[in-house]
Amino acid sequence: MSALLFLAQRATAVVLAFAVAVHLGTILYAVRGGLTAADILARTHGNLWFLIFYGLFVVAVAIHAPIGLRNVMREWTRWRGRTLDIALALFALLLLGLGLRAVIAVFVS
Amino acid sequence: MMRASHRQRGFLAAMIHRLSGVALAIFLPIHFLALASALNGAAALDSFLAVTRQPLVAFLEVVIVVTLALHMTLGLRVLAIELFDLREKTLAVLSVCVAAVCAVGLLFILNLG
Repeated sequence: MSALLFLAQRATAVVLAFAVAVHLGTILYAVRGGLTAADILARTHGNLWFLIFYGLFVVAVAIHAPIGLRNVMREWTRWRGRTLDIALALFALLLLGLGLRAVIAVFVS
Repeated sequence: MMRASHRQRGFLAAMIHRLSGVALAIFLPIHFLALASALNGAAALDSFLAVTRQPLVAFLEVVIVVTLALHMTLGLRVLAIELFDLREKTLAVLSVCVAAVCAVGLLFILNLG
């Protein structure tokens, strides 16, 4: 793994350690007594802190996950080189696009 | 083939960390698509949430929450080893990871009611 990818993986891991801990805490709190769309949207609609936090969360995930998958693919399969890098760059874009769309969806709805 | 090093706790932890990461990478796009259903209104999101109340899906929900907790705690272990040289305390660190994951899983199940 190149030094840049290694650093990106570890830097986003630090961000995600904090973000996932907060997310897990939120999940445990939110599911008490059932979960409805109204409950979720009441907390997220127009909440700027939510938008910033989960926006950063998605960006960190979109960097972290494809680099991790790249390591797995290179070690467990024969797939490597340019095509693997392109496929995982596309996966990063997919995560970024779908993730930001989801964050915006619950922010504006 | 199973090597001697593969029987060590550190190897098992690394393998679980890796497999949980792959599982989360597969799950994430589905999770994002489900949340984006809110773009079609609260009713659309509610119809998705109704699916998650089915026993099998509810069970898978617990599995994914535990998987997330596993990946986070084992990731913290990797950071601790790399940043603070905690390698010789593997058993203690792994015990804390297991305890944290069990706590998250139990709290999630208890709160689901």
